[in-house]
Amino acid sequence: MGVGIAVEHLNAFYGKTQALFDVNIIVQANHATALIGPSGCGKSTFIRCLNRMHETIPEARVEGAVRIGDLSVYNGTSATQLRRRVGMVFQKPNPFPTMSIYDNVAAGLKLNGFRKRRQLDEVVEKSLNAAALWDEVKDNLHKKSGASLSGGQQQRLCIARALAVQPEVLLMDEPCSALDPISTGKIEELIFQLKEQYTIVIVTHNMQQAARVAEFTGFFLLGKMIEFDKTEKIFTKPSDKRTEDYITGRFG
Amino acid sequence: MFNTNSNSAAALIPQINLPPVSLRRRLTDHAMTSVAALTVLVVLLPLFAIFTYLIYKGIGSINLAFLTQTPKPVGEPGGGMANAIVGSMVILSIASVLGVPLGIGAGIFLSEYGRNRSGDIVRFVSDVLNGVPSIVIGIVAYGLVVMRQKHFSALAGGVALAIMMIPTIARTTEQMLLLVPQATREAAYGLGVSRWRTTLSITLRTAASGVITGVMLAFARVAGETAPLLFTAFGNQFWNWKTDQPTAALSLQIFTYAISPFDEWHRQAWAGALVLIVLIVGAVAAVRLAVRHGTLSGA
Repeated sequence: MGVGIAVEHLNAFYGKTQALFDVNIIVQANHATALIGPSGCGKSTFIRCLNRMHETIPEARVEGAVRIGDLSVYNGTSATQLRRRVGMVFQKPNPFPTMSIYDNVAAGLKLNGFRKRRQLDEVVEKSLNAAALWDEVKDNLHKKSGASLSGGQQQRLCIARALAVQPEVLLMDEPCSALDPISTGKIEELIFQLKEQYTIVIVTHNMQQAARVAEFTGFFLLGKMIEFDKTEKIFTKPSDKRTEDYITGRFG
Repeated sequence: MFNTNSNSAAALIPQINLPPVSLRRRLTDHAMTSVAALTVLVVLLPLFAIFTYLIYKGIGSINLAFLTQTPKPVGEPGGGMANAIVGSMVILSIASVLGVPLGIGAGIFLSEYGRNRSGDIVRFVSDVLNGVPSIVIGIVAYGLVVMRQKHFSALAGGVALAIMMIPTIARTTEQMLLLVPQATREAAYGLGVSRWRTTLSITLRTAASGVITGVMLAFARVAGETAPLLFTAFGNQFWNWKTDQPTAALSLQIFTYAISPFDEWHRQAWAGALVLIVLIVGAVAAVRLAVRHGTLSGA
């Protein structure tokens, strides 16, 4: 089951440059939350703070508190432990190029020391099913490498890979930006189904996409969270002028 | 006013009629292509020449005795280099066991943890080490191993060759690991895989074929080294199975025979050189094959 996320007074830095300013947000469990805003506004930085991916960049640091379920992300939790419960799908599909399709999906479990063959088989099949990829790859699980799939298939493979470790939260950083409309449609459909079991936070440049998949939407501008509300409210009667300007296409 | 018909956007770009490709440019094109092909030939020719000449000179002296017997005393015909072939394999194994893990480890440090001053120092030292004459490395191994053990040994030879392998392997490993996109590492981090696990099972594995090329390059380079073995492995006319005793090596045997005044020994030196090259090519090919078959299996 998904868990909720609470972010309090989050500031993020790249060296001396501050990228996020005092972000506060509460993400509901088992819902999809979309983050929108112009390029460079800090959406990706924010989402990477949730699973501590931000700190893998040299000289990057974070201030503030993030709680995910019962975990205090920046206080007493190891990054690896956290990331097993908070999965991530990246902007560009990044399957492990030298691994077969099967091994790509099983990687998270195998590399964490889980090696029971029969259970792995089951997890791989269920994950690929959940990512709506099973039927397309089931005959070539071991024969084909993850890199040989098409872009849309690769992204669904990456989703399956993230689901295989059975996270409670799924972070998606512009998962459809490199995909054609058909693949995008498939992934949006997927998000709809995944919401039942996971809490989803999705960064997107596509406002229609935010409106389609998310119950809640946050608007970022220049590193600040300008407005956070029900998606419907954000897109019909936003309370902040800047939000309105952005969604009506007056800038960004 | 712009006219508003559908061609308006295209009409803004002035039309330019490019001249037909001139004869001069076509000739230059052909000439440069030929030059490029020629340079390939020039590069391959020495390799080809060495191979054919080695086969021509050496094949006649390769027989069962050469591959199975130890050298005969001066004046007696026959005999072979079996002990040197085995000795070379032993010394190269020792060198690989010591040099490959250390070299790859150093390469991992440089690429994954070495974007700082200590990394720069290691890089500089390793480049300098790469340029140290091999005979000097032999002296170092002599001081490190031979002086202590009080006699020449395969171990000392292996240490000398390992020292030569390390900088090459370290720098190629570093370069190959740096080619692995950061996104691939992040994919593993995102699954809750620890950093060292990611480095070993994802980054190193993704770069495996490049890293192995570097290892084989280093291996092939030291396999023919003679100078560092002169006062470490020293050579031996007889069978020796102990790694702490003077050990024969093909390169040493070739050297000894080649500077001798006897025709029979000259012929054997050619045969030894041929066997050495075949061994190196065989080892490289075997490793390549093994890697190709292992690529898609298991994490």
